[in-house]
Amino acid sequence: MATAEVSNKKTLKVQRFKPSDNPSNTYLTDEKGVWAWMTTVDHKKIGIMYLVAVAIFFAVGGALALLLRTELMTPAKTFIEADTYNQLFTLHGAIMVFFVLVPSIPAALGNFIMPMQLGAKDVAFPKLNLASFYIYVAGAIFTFIALAQHGLDTGWTFYTPYSTESSSSVIWVTMGVFILGFSSILTGTNFITTIHKMRAPGITWGKLPLNVWALYATSIIQVLATPVLAITVLLLTMERWLGFGIFDPALGGDPVLFQHFFWFYSHPAVYIMIVPGFGIISEVISTFSKKTVFGYWAIALSSLAIAFIGFLVWGHHMFTSGQSAVATTVFSFLTFLVGIPTGIKIFNWIATLYKGSIKMDTPMIYVFIFLFLFSIGGFTGIMLGALSVDIHLHDTYYVVAHFHYVMMGGTLIALLAGLHFWWPKMTGKLYNEKLAKIASVFIFVGFNVTFLPQFVMGAQGMPRRYYNYVDQFTAFHQTSTIGSYLLGVGFLIILYYLMHSLFKGAKSPANPWGSRGLEWQATSPPDFHNFDHTPVVIHGPYDYHQPMEEFQLGLAVDTNGHDSETAKEVVDKEREQWKNYSLG
Amino acid sequence: MDRLFEFMLPEAKSPTADSTDALFHFINEVSLVLLIGITIALIYFAIKYRRRSEDDETPVITHNNTLEITWSVVPLLICFVIFGWGYTGWLNLKSVPDNAYEIQVNGFKWGWNVKYDNGAQTLNEIHVPEGRPVKIVLQSSDVLHSFFVPDYRVKHDVVPGRYTYVWFEAEEAGESIVFCTEYCGTGHSDMLAKVIVHTEEDFQTWLEKNGGGVSGTPVEQGEQLVQLQGCTTCHSDDGSRLIGPSFKGLWESEETLSDGSTVTVDENYLRESILNPGAKIVESYDNVMTPYEGRISDEEITNIIEYLKTLK
Repeated sequence: MATAEVSNKKTLKVQRFKPSDNPSNTYLTDEKGVWAWMTTVDHKKIGIMYLVAVAIFFAVGGALALLLRTELMTPAKTFIEADTYNQLFTLHGAIMVFFVLVPSIPAALGNFIMPMQLGAKDVAFPKLNLASFYIYVAGAIFTFIALAQHGLDTGWTFYTPYSTESSSSVIWVTMGVFILGFSSILTGTNFITTIHKMRAPGITWGKLPLNVWALYATSIIQVLATPVLAITVLLLTMERWLGFGIFDPALGGDPVLFQHFFWFYSHPAVYIMIVPGFGIISEVISTFSKKTVFGYWAIALSSLAIAFIGFLVWGHHMFTSGQSAVATTVFSFLTFLVGIPTGIKIFNWIATLYKGSIKMDTPMIYVFIFLFLFSIGGFTGIMLGALSVDIHLHDTYYVVAHFHYVMMGGTLIALLAGLHFWWPKMTGKLYNEKLAKIASVFIFVGFNVTFLPQFVMGAQGMPRRYYNYVDQFTAFHQTSTIGSYLLGVGFLIILYYLMHSLFKGAKSPANPWGSRGLEWQATSPPDFHNFDHTPVVIHGPYDYHQPMEEFQLGLAVDTNGHDSETAKEVVDKEREQWKNYSLG
Repeated sequence: MDRLFEFMLPEAKSPTADSTDALFHFINEVSLVLLIGITIALIYFAIKYRRRSEDDETPVITHNNTLEITWSVVPLLICFVIFGWGYTGWLNLKSVPDNAYEIQVNGFKWGWNVKYDNGAQTLNEIHVPEGRPVKIVLQSSDVLHSFFVPDYRVKHDVVPGRYTYVWFEAEEAGESIVFCTEYCGTGHSDMLAKVIVHTEEDFQTWLEKNGGGVSGTPVEQGEQLVQLQGCTTCHSDDGSRLIGPSFKGLWESEETLSDGSTVTVDENYLRESILNPGAKIVESYDNVMTPYEGRISDEEITNIIEYLKTLK
């Protein structure tokens, strides 16, 4: 009986595949030309296209921010009119949230890296992946049509009844956001399927890189929350266009209902923006301290906990809105609960450093900046969750500062960490480390000079979205504006050395950081199919105590690599063999 | 350190601020201790455990349940304390004392119309007695606004179609600024008001002097009405350009509208432009004015028109 069972199974051999430092074929040399790029279903090229699109939107959103800050140099008019100012802050917010932060990490870096971390050739639905990108572009076109018409002056939150009555092009933008949402939902669906079905032999849930766990949690939120945003903007469009009375009290609606709808998406959306950043931090901190991540399951599961509890706290944006007292109390309580998993992550990351072998290269510098800035963002979030204090701080610059500390100090800094970490993998080039460090100083100093004064003036009473302000806040505003210029300089330096690296940079080896991550066992840049073999994984992604050779395994016989029974057998067998193997 | 946190808040001028300020200080102190701890750990580890060679061996430390539980439960307990503290403070902000003096405040684009129990009215000035709880009942004529007095640590959204309220007790005579903190369009950042605190005696005198609302000849009443209704926020009486056309020289003038047609300013045009301002927009201006339909009587409109006739 037992022998019959064994004989039914195929025996497969595993061999070592050391990635070449000088690959002859890469995804960049295959399928060249504009048309090939535009019609590609390769997750790497799609990731790069997202990255370029996100970078362009970031440049636009950033330029708007600099204009805003320049206007705020003086308490009254500096150089633009109130209506223009209102349009600028609305567009800055809408572009940064919907076109930069939401797609930045999952759709750009995630698309490129996640299938490689799974040892897969591509995502589960490559054509759907390309469709997501074009849906994103379509959403962007709608938004640009709005700009060409009457712009948008409602704030990125579209609060009714102002957005019902505004004479700006609200419908174009809401339709743009509606379309954009599908891109987000499709990417989420694609990622969930990929993570479930496309893992290379040996990658159990316990060996999943934390970046993949983070993207998994994010995808769940994207799939569940984004439809509510679609409903919200559709209802708003119907109210504006057809006069349905849903939110406007003049038509028998309720404006507070709109806020419930809006934040039911938009609070989970901040986790769509930050959780993928957590994934990057875990990858980078482990690589640059050459050490296994402390509390793997604590970090992995806290992402899922955040994804779940994040759905239950939307009302904390509405403590002063006139929602019921019971709702306010419950939402405040739940808000503190969602803070805990985030705190757990921070502590685990710091513990990872303990007794590590820490190298302060640029990605690691950004991780340190992240840990500092995001902690401040977290603490001020606790401040805003406290009911009585929030009543005072709500809708002041304190909230603006808090939001930027978590979204820019968190997500965007994590994105910079990830971009510097994976840049050699994506482009096959190294960047100027010295310039990168100089830029990180500009970013860190500029960021704090911009946003720390905003906490103080906010607590002193400075309301947000103000074109004119009272004289007592002048010094804070001017400091903040100077900081924003420093930030601008920092980003220009980054743009310069990355472009320089792209065209004239030194060639990168396959694994410049000595990382144990599977994506680093491909060539830099990777092969068109990521790996020219089916990788086999026997160790966890952070097992720095295991020799590098054992991370470079692949099936010696050509199979699709996704036959789990055979794969498991192969892995078990291989593990037995390596147990007695010594490098001597 | 306490001085820094005190610097962060405006001077407290109402008992409603006490609990808020104490909690603000507490969270700041706890956060600062933790942040310093985190920062020191980061810098210390980065130096102590810096990479000495690419062949560095690191120990395998996968997890530690005691640590995990400690740094989950301790912050959770601190959070419970903060929640409870914030909740009781907030209950106090919601619980208006029985003897509170009530004032009606109506937010509109862009100003605050204030009505007192004896019929007195003011614009963007809220006169209150010192040492007595005051309840401000809020309503909106158009979009969302939010009533914020930093000195008292009170804030509430002003929602069209429903009443909301805040209360405070001004501790001594003086002035405190009021901001609109819910974005409401072009004039949002100019939608300021003042709480003017009088001694009890002065307040009664002020109330009696202004009781009964507008009075005098129709022209005098009209002049008071354009102030109280907030017209002058957007329409000047000296010919200068604000958000809307100036009142000066408006009467019987010829205006070009946004659709290219022209209109002569007469009683019916003015009446329509007050009740339904979007119907005829003068060229180069935006359609942003709130309709006054239902907010103003025919007699008041007539008085305003009489006053506008005098602004040659």
